[in-house]
Amino acid sequence: MANSPAAAQHDDDVLRDSFELGFTYTRSTGPIIGAFLTGLRDGKIVGIKGSNGKVICPPTEYDPHTAEELTELVDLPSTGTVTTWSWISQPHPKHVLTKPFAWALIKIDGADTAMLHKVDAGSEANMKTGMKVKVRWAADRRGFMTDIECFEPA
Amino acid sequence: MSEEQKPVEIMESPVYMQYSFAAGRATSRFLKSIKQGKLVGQRSSVTGKVIVPPRGSDAETGTPTFEEVELPDTATVITFTVVNIPIPNSKVQPPFIVANLVLDNSDQTFIHLVSGCKNEDVQIGTRVKAVWRDQSEWEYSFNNIEYFQPIEGEAPVDIDALKAKRLKEVEAYKHA
Repeated sequence: MANSPAAAQHDDDVLRDSFELGFTYTRSTGPIIGAFLTGLRDGKIVGIKGSNGKVICPPTEYDPHTAEELTELVDLPSTGTVTTWSWISQPHPKHVLTKPFAWALIKIDGADTAMLHKVDAGSEANMKTGMKVKVRWAADRRGFMTDIECFEPA
Repeated sequence: MSEEQKPVEIMESPVYMQYSFAAGRATSRFLKSIKQGKLVGQRSSVTGKVIVPPRGSDAETGTPTFEEVELPDTATVITFTVVNIPIPNSKVQPPFIVANLVLDNSDQTFIHLVSGCKNEDVQIGTRVKAVWRDQSEWEYSFNNIEYFQPIEGEAPVDIDALKAKRLKEVEAYKHA
């Protein structure tokens, strides 16, 4: 941070270095998240039917209300509706998208819950709660959330 | 069925945290000294104890420390453990010894490797001396000392006696 007080008090006698602390986790996905990620890899969105018949996407292993184990996976289309959003005018390097975009909660058509992802709408003026969006699939998919590169206006 | 078409069961989710670390003035001086092959601690003017690596203050009393004290590279094993699992990205092969050491004329322990001997030969009180890396490899790092090696011919010391001796010595510097 060029303008921080720490930089203002820069002292040539003090040694500085950059460090990286890494936790190289590999996680087992379990059958439900695994099915969701397998779907993404194959260019398909998968949800799960909850105890009350509502569809949860991304799928959860247990019902959020009854804690019952869920098993009924449902194939969903790759289109949805933005329920809320926040415009990112200065993307962070880890955001992958290098141009301004929106973080949005997107309710996939046929699902009753929303998931968080990016919307590449070009400009903030193009973003609107309730807008229809569709998945832009990544060219190289490997069973990971980033297999959805982002959503774009439908 | 190709490898690609198997259901996904594993995902990699690493977390990396990037730090910019400022060593502080006291530790910077320690690191600059160790780059020259010298170990420099700081004496607390309140307790008389010598702290190494120095942090610029005495944790016991919370007071700043100013007096720098050059220390020998010989030490005593206060306690140790035998590590049986490899450390990722480390060349050190298990089983190896990580010890809590106190440099002679100092009063604070630090952690380093004890090697150059049979692991069975290390015990509490073992006298050790630093084995420095080649001078061309010296950096701003405690790793300029590759490990501490037991000093041949020196008998293990009694820790309680060592502590009592040090406490007597530091009395002379108290409130100096």
